[in-house]
Amino acid sequence: MIPLQHFLLVGAILFCLGLFAVITRKNAIQILMGIELMINASILNLVAFGKYDKINNTGQIFALFIIVLAAAAVAVALVIILNLYKRAKTIDPNQTDTLQG
Amino acid sequence: MDITQIIFYFLAAVAVLSGLFVVGSANLVRSVFMFFVTLFSVAGLYVFALADFVALTQVVVYVGGVLVLLLFTFMLSSKNALEGIENIPKNLWASNRIQAIVIATLFMGILSLTFFSIDFENLNWIKAAIAHNNVKLVTDNDIKNIGINLMGRYLLPLEMIAILLMMTLIGAAHIARKEPKG
Repeated sequence: MIPLQHFLLVGAILFCLGLFAVITRKNAIQILMGIELMINASILNLVAFGKYDKINNTGQIFALFIIVLAAAAVAVALVIILNLYKRAKTIDPNQTDTLQG
Repeated sequence: MDITQIIFYFLAAVAVLSGLFVVGSANLVRSVFMFFVTLFSVAGLYVFALADFVALTQVVVYVGGVLVLLLFTFMLSSKNALEGIENIPKNLWASNRIQAIVIATLFMGILSLTFFSIDFENLNWIKAAIAHNNVKLVTDNDIKNIGINLMGRYLLPLEMIAILLMMTLIGAAHIARKEPKG
């Protein structure tokens, strides 16, 4: 059987890769992909611990909820990015520093 | 070494390496397509954590929905995205890359220090789960149990998720609508 630590290690590596992407990227889509990577790492942790809860299935059910929330967040974020591109002609978060127009 | 262990570590290596490529590649299209590989291999890891249903949902929702949306946005703003890529400096020191490496490595160190110092086999709740025969086995078929729990014990969170999805739908349609003239 695979020990729990190895699941957590893969999750931690993926989370830190996502963190790196969020800090360094200059493109809103790639920052969103970094956030998705972090969400996936947290789902991996939930699922790994959910093995010890056969009756209530808490880990897996909340993993499903997180997937749904992430999908909803991505839909809204992409609409916002498209609107930002339409208004500011850029999707670099460093350059979009005006609030009006 | 067992065949399941070999497959698990192979999938973990694929997930980490493709994640590295997603994060490090200067080419946006390649990193989006490499994100497919990462999501698929993470879904494989869910299977090894005995969560088949979550793995299937991951494939359907993420690979089928989220990545298509990402590609769609990329296509709609592609001219600008390609411009931005040429401006990315190649060396290590530029665009606060070294700080990000330091932060990510330190965070990784803290996380792994934490969970390698915990003895999971002797935690109270895990010992209780093992004692009450509450651990999932490979032969279990727990999709039915997930459905029953979703409609019973977790009905309130499910309804809240449903309301939130509807709010997201309406909100996205509202933001994306054409501006009225004048």
